[in-house]
Amino acid sequence: MAQMNLLQAINNALEIAMTENESAVCFGEDVGHFGGVFRATSNLQEKFGKDRCFNTPLTEQGIMGFANGLAAQGSVPIAEIQFADYIFPAFDQIVNESAKFRYRSGNEFNVGNLTIRTPYGGGIAGGLYHSQSPEAYFAHTPGLKIVVPRNPYQAKGLLLAAIRDKNPIIFFEPKKLYRASVGEVPEEDYQLPLGKAEVVKSGTDITLLGWGAQMETIEKSAEMAEKQGVSCEIIDLRSILPWDVDTVAESVKKTGRLLINHEAPLTGGFAGEIAATIQDKCFLNLESPISRVCGLDTPFPLAHEKEYMPDELKTFEAIMASVNY
Amino acid sequence: MNTEKYQEGRVVHQVEAIDGHSVEIPILKILKQDGSVYENADMPAIDKELATKVYKTLAFHRVLDERMTASQRQGRLSFYMSALGEEAASVGSAAGLDDGDMMMAQYREQGALIFRGFSLENFMNQMFSNEKDLGKGRQMPIHYGSQELNYMTVSSPLGTQIPQAAGYAYGQKLKGNKQCTICYFGEGAASEGDFHAGLNMAAVQRAPVIFFCRNNGYAISTPSSEQFAGNGIASRGVGYGIRTIRVDGNDLLAVLKATQDARHYAIENNKPVIIEAMSYRLGAHSTSDDPSGYRTREEEAKYADHDPILRMKNWMIANKWWDEAQEEALYELYRKDVLAAVKVAEVIDKPAIEELITDVYDVAPEHLEQQLADLKEHIKKYPDAYPVTAGRL
Ligand SMILES: Cc1ncc(C[n+]2csc(CCOP(=O)(O)OP(=O)(O)O)c2C)c(N)n1
Repeated sequence: MAQMNLLQAINNALEIAMTENESAVCFGEDVGHFGGVFRATSNLQEKFGKDRCFNTPLTEQGIMGFANGLAAQGSVPIAEIQFADYIFPAFDQIVNESAKFRYRSGNEFNVGNLTIRTPYGGGIAGGLYHSQSPEAYFAHTPGLKIVVPRNPYQAKGLLLAAIRDKNPIIFFEPKKLYRASVGEVPEEDYQLPLGKAEVVKSGTDITLLGWGAQMETIEKSAEMAEKQGVSCEIIDLRSILPWDVDTVAESVKKTGRLLINHEAPLTGGFAGEIAATIQDKCFLNLESPISRVCGLDTPFPLAHEKEYMPDELKTFEAIMASVNY
Repeated sequence: MNTEKYQEGRVVHQVEAIDGHSVEIPILKILKQDGSVYENADMPAIDKELATKVYKTLAFHRVLDERMTASQRQGRLSFYMSALGEEAASVGSAAGLDDGDMMMAQYREQGALIFRGFSLENFMNQMFSNEKDLGKGRQMPIHYGSQELNYMTVSSPLGTQIPQAAGYAYGQKLKGNKQCTICYFGEGAASEGDFHAGLNMAAVQRAPVIFFCRNNGYAISTPSSEQFAGNGIASRGVGYGIRTIRVDGNDLLAVLKATQDARHYAIENNKPVIIEAMSYRLGAHSTSDDPSGYRTREEEAKYADHDPILRMKNWMIANKWWDEAQEEALYELYRKDVLAAVKVAEVIDKPAIEELITDVYDVAPEHLEQQLADLKEHIKKYPDAYPVTAGRL
């Protein structure tokens, strides 16, 4: 075991993947010698050479189109989009191409080796173009898998699983935690399963569900609720798509209540999808309406970031409203 | 049909390929570093009054960049981007335009905005996201905009303004008011798909737009050698059938001349022009960046000798339009002004909480009003947790 922050864990996973497979290639804006603007790819160019770790020209559309071609050829592209906010110039390549390559060709061709890494989320005073959580747009697209780690241990295990999975994957990294989240990480190779949620803490009165950076918020709100005598079960979804319906449904059957917290705006957010599914699976077990604590339906603000965030106080209030329903 | 025209070109019977670099692009230079002018150089239209305004703009720009970078280091400001070493590109081009022409900037063109007369208070209010910010505290520092000054508000996603500029200019053409649009971007942003889309649209639809590329050698850490393989950005203009000018971006007179020429051509012919200004980003990309991780001190030192402001100053002094005493007094005044303005702006209140939901739509729909009402109730319950807004509900 070693102490690593989230960036070091990602760097370590990339190094393992590139050592194991000669056709694994890392690229993106400033990814080469500089190691990416957040330094997730530090030292990879020195270790593996300029052919396997390089700066691209400044074109997300180009990066993803190139990655699709490279993956179709059989290489293992691990492309970085510098901020999730800038994934949209590549939207066509991801949504129309990466996601549908296998389906439209009858599996004559596929880009299953592709992994897209991108930092997402707020809490860094980045304003509307350095804070977005765009997972729901991609969750609407069949053919993509979506993964969000919450700490260094997960980041390494999930990223290695994502790189080796035979489907195109978007790996959203909570940039607020890049340096802030530090923990024990095994130095050797390991994987965490995709599509599988993790029960972080068990409880009996309400299920609190989230992913990525919001897990900290949820944990804080649970502590507050416990002081009021409410026992919270906490689940980290880890994969947005496919998502682990069984683990969530099982928990809700036990607790009778569900609260979903995400940072993206409420309307059209992935919480709506979860709520509809769980309502279907657990209708007779529910003691109160499924609660959603999310970002507001506005672009991500700068001056009012604190007010906008679905923070622990808002989550705590929603927990209490749910148990007192 | 264009394609027919080219089918009648010179016919060969052996492969005669054209190398990507074979298009030779001349570079316009007027002013030498010592302040003297090249022999036979075509001077731009500039008199003492304009020259003084330009020079004061450059000086103010440098002071603003110095002071705000320092303020960021002191933790007073969250972020800043300086244009150290390439000030002549934005200031010289702004001086070549009419105040009614639209400017669409990338983010490193505060020089053009200073030239247009954006007040020191306006700069500060934007950077400190206070309630007097014209952008209502929504964007990161340096994302300025002003309807009054025809300066389109900066948006962070790179390249998006390039096709927009083509459309804006086309609208100006339709209105027939003999006005054009200038669109600024870096050589990095010129790799985006939007660049190619924008140039092609402007060329085909015949829009009076000046595409102004600041080629400063770097896009964050990526040197231009890893950004493009061709002959800079200018060569692409040729490919799109666009009038193309390359200019020494550190030579204010050359930039001014090129822009005056481009404006005249764009408006008279209703056609786009591309100007590539060759410069060097002497400073860091932003205050979040440390260039020592990707370039050497020697490289930086080499370009320090090309300081565009010093070059302009030398010319002003040679013309007897400026002297060292004036220089010292001016810098001292600006430093004092900027520091005083920081002190004022940083203690002005943040925008009211209502601004969280305004301007998402023309009128906030019911669901946003409801979310705001809920939020206010929540803040009232936990005032200590939301100190910026709690006291003002
Ligand atoms: C679509 C998009 N991708 C990435 C970024 C992140 N980013 C901001 S500035 C920058 C470099 C831009 O370089 P260049 O256009 O050459 O301008 P310069 O900074 O040199 O003035 C990058 C990659 C962004 N803002 N937008």
